[in-house]
Amino acid sequence: RNMTVRDALTSAMDEELARDPRVFLMGEEVGRYNGAYKVSRGLWDKYGDRRIRDTPITEAGFAGIGVGAAMGGCVPIVEFMTWNFSMQAIDHVVNSAAKLRYMTGGTGSVPVVFRGPNGPAAGVAAQHSQCFAAWYGSVPGLKVLVPWSSEDARGLLKAAIRDDNPVVFLENELLYGEEFFVSDAALDKNFVLPIGKAKIEREGTDVTIVTFSRMVGTSLKAAEELASKHGVNAEVINLRSVRPLDVKTIKDSVAKTSRLVTVEEGWPHYGVGSEIIASITESEAFDYLDANPERITGADIPMPYAKNLEAAALPQIKDIVNAVLRTTFRS
Amino acid sequence: KVIELPVRAPLTHLLPKGVGPRPTVKTTRTEALNYFTDIATIRRMEVSCDNLYKAKFIRGFLHLYDGQEGVCVGMEGALTREDMLITAYRCHGNQYMRERSVPKIIAELMGRKTGSSKGKGGSMHLYDVPNNFFGGNGIVGAQAPVGTGLALALQYQGKKNCAITMFGDGAANQGQIFEAQNMAKLWKLPCIYVCENNRYGMGTSVERSSQNVNYYTRGDQIPGMKVWGVDVYTVREAVRFAKEWAINEGPIILEFETYRFHGHSMSDPGTSYRTKEEVSAMRDSSDPLENLRKTILDNKLATEDELSKIEKDARVLVDEAIKFAQESPEPELSALKADIVKRPEEVPHPRGPDMKNDPL
Repeated sequence: RNMTVRDALTSAMDEELARDPRVFLMGEEVGRYNGAYKVSRGLWDKYGDRRIRDTPITEAGFAGIGVGAAMGGCVPIVEFMTWNFSMQAIDHVVNSAAKLRYMTGGTGSVPVVFRGPNGPAAGVAAQHSQCFAAWYGSVPGLKVLVPWSSEDARGLLKAAIRDDNPVVFLENELLYGEEFFVSDAALDKNFVLPIGKAKIEREGTDVTIVTFSRMVGTSLKAAEELASKHGVNAEVINLRSVRPLDVKTIKDSVAKTSRLVTVEEGWPHYGVGSEIIASITESEAFDYLDANPERITGADIPMPYAKNLEAAALPQIKDIVNAVLRTTFRS
Repeated sequence: KVIELPVRAPLTHLLPKGVGPRPTVKTTRTEALNYFTDIATIRRMEVSCDNLYKAKFIRGFLHLYDGQEGVCVGMEGALTREDMLITAYRCHGNQYMRERSVPKIIAELMGRKTGSSKGKGGSMHLYDVPNNFFGGNGIVGAQAPVGTGLALALQYQGKKNCAITMFGDGAANQGQIFEAQNMAKLWKLPCIYVCENNRYGMGTSVERSSQNVNYYTRGDQIPGMKVWGVDVYTVREAVRFAKEWAINEGPIILEFETYRFHGHSMSDPGTSYRTKEEVSAMRDSSDPLENLRKTILDNKLATEDELSKIEKDARVLVDEAIKFAQESPEPELSALKADIVKRPEEVPHPRGPDMKNDPL
């Protein structure tokens, strides 16, 4: 049956709240308001104040409280209304959570999940349109998950809540309302996806497109156009996790296709695509490449407000198609 | 034999009349000598660390606690190991009171595998997780929300314990202290905020950093007490009361008046922003070791010789700990990539500087 990403996330939290009494959700407007983006809809009615905890607007405070509660034996899900506001609290994600296990010589652990919408939304301009995959993806001690479909959302969020390590869970506002087919297996309350394993969403032979989150959908559309208009058969890899990064799946794909294009909405400088291409060209997979790898990224600018400028700042289907045509020497 | 001692009354903020620490406490010779031993041990440890740093056995940042021992020793007199504790980077005294191991602390400061954090934390990152001491936080003020989260965990789990969140007068101006205290009061969390007011955040005096230097009043609707932090019994009684209050009523702020005899860290001689006369006057009037010595002698709980013997024993203990640390090996290189995540078998092995030629 079909399910929206929003419902997938809500059901994942609902099931984990029911399964493990240590789990609770906290953040701005997660309770009575039902979530700023309605991802926690109905949970406060079901679980009440103790487990669905509205916080004041105070990111550094509640992110740190989530870390402390995790150290103290709870499993908090900390919602950032959007990841943009996590900048107020990044010290707790990086310094308080990610590094604790190492600094304690392995005696401490922080089983917290930080989650919320990440990346550009629509018409919200510079301060509310930013991808944090590269930022948090660079930090040892974190796991950073980037779901696309409803199955991703369910399986990865449940895995994140069950993981003993701090997890950064980057959702996408524009995907919340999108419906995806969900298998019976994925509807099971014990369905979890392995963290650190990418998924080949579309098998192909001519080029490997590596992407995550909303750009998986855009890349799949590009792949259809490449097949129908240009006779190019693209393989599309949905990363699902940027840390750990499933380099093996990418390498195996490049060994087959000999061409690599990365697609992301974040900035190009020191981005996820940079890391992927570096990892591939440094490895034995370099020998399989028949063309320079290419990166399609968000423009290297603060996000503009005007609709046409915003579109020009973000990867479009045509950008991906053009990059693939270059790497496959069709243009 | 139990004797009764007077303790100094605190200044209070928003506490109901007649509610607060008692004017006297009871103690015994054994208890008093235990406190004296703890203070003497921490004192000796800190003074020895100063030398170890100068001899280059200790690297990086080193913030010494001598002068402030009355706080950590007095506090633990009123707490159990089920009460959770977190502090800032000046954490040696708290670690000693929980972990009870000078060798492990000095080994940690010297970066040895036998250290409290296996040599991977250093001076600012001492922890005793099994005994609910959560560091050791090097980011000024960051421990305030984290400690508040510990209190939330206790409340969530229905435990009748409190979390102590310590910070200095310098950190008191961090916004996240306000953020954390606001939620603690809203949610009635069993949290004792302990502001160790040693008068200087690095080299900036409280008057130069804070529009309101009465830190015990800065929780707005959270009650507070200003407590003389030099006397272990005064500290203990304040914390005993505060724990009861925190568990039943919610957060409370304790400001302890204290003084650090050393500079802020080893790069700070501690003389450019305060006078030698001030330091020596504080050593005369506010030394927790001398204060307790006087209490013990005045009440004839022990003789001067007995106290000297305790100090000599502390010296031997610390010297042996230094020897232990110096003889301990550095961590094995395999420790470099260990303990980054729990269940590391599920993630790829971390890269080293040269991933093509990585001995690990």
